[in-house]
Amino acid sequence: MNKDRMKKLLQQALPPVKGDSEPRRDLWPAMRRRLDAHPAAPALNGWAFGVWFDGALAAGLVALIAFSPASIPVILFYL
Amino acid sequence: MQNGESDVLNQFQQGNAAAFETLFHQHQRAVYSWILRITRNPAAAEDLTIEAFWRIFGAHARFDPARGFEGWARRIATRAALDWLRARRTENELSTEMLAEVEAPVEADPAVTAEIRLKTAMAFARLPPKLRIAATLAVIEEQPQKDVAAALGISVVAVKLRVFRALRLLRKDLEKQGITP
Repeated sequence: MNKDRMKKLLQQALPPVKGDSEPRRDLWPAMRRRLDAHPAAPALNGWAFGVWFDGALAAGLVALIAFSPASIPVILFYL
Repeated sequence: MQNGESDVLNQFQQGNAAAFETLFHQHQRAVYSWILRITRNPAAAEDLTIEAFWRIFGAHARFDPARGFEGWARRIATRAALDWLRARRTENELSTEMLAEVEAPVEADPAVTAEIRLKTAMAFARLPPKLRIAATLAVIEEQPQKDVAAALGISVVAVKLRVFRALRLLRKDLEKQGITP
């Protein structure tokens, strides 16, 4: 089964969404309610944690690659 | 970029609510449309559009007006949609009822029966979300790979790799079910 045949089968099973779709309603009122209910900016602490975590993860990967270059293909596979 | 547009982006970056509202109205359709391509569920896409703009508003201080709004918003929307895919149980999400909502293909291949389409859709839903999202955008929706890469925050090579792995896993799953089109 080549890529083109898989693509055709997938598009038969899950037809592509046509063009630019529009929401069925104006979403701003719901957005406004959410902003009013939670005036504080969301997830800034989470972002700070994310930056710290990403840094630690990157450092760990670099260390792993430095000590065990054989792990590179495995890392690329799970990218 | 025109001066007015640039002003709105700069004001948004400083947390101005009116500028955010302007950007919401300008981009809600594009963000909704992008999310719909990923989720294929209009109700979920509407909720996720609001979630994505909520995240966008929360991240205004990290926005770089020089790099434009659309790509940045699309990346945040993609992340919101990916979280939604991860949170759902694959076996239950593609119920027969939901598949009935999906439009039948315009040029239906008579060799591809409804049963094969259903099994293919179910197998696709079983793929890991990060592979599924790459294959949905690049293969089903035929979006340019560089756009998919930008939306996922990965390289074009990584997109190709994810699509390759997705199709390989899908092929294996279908072959187990005796489907070899």
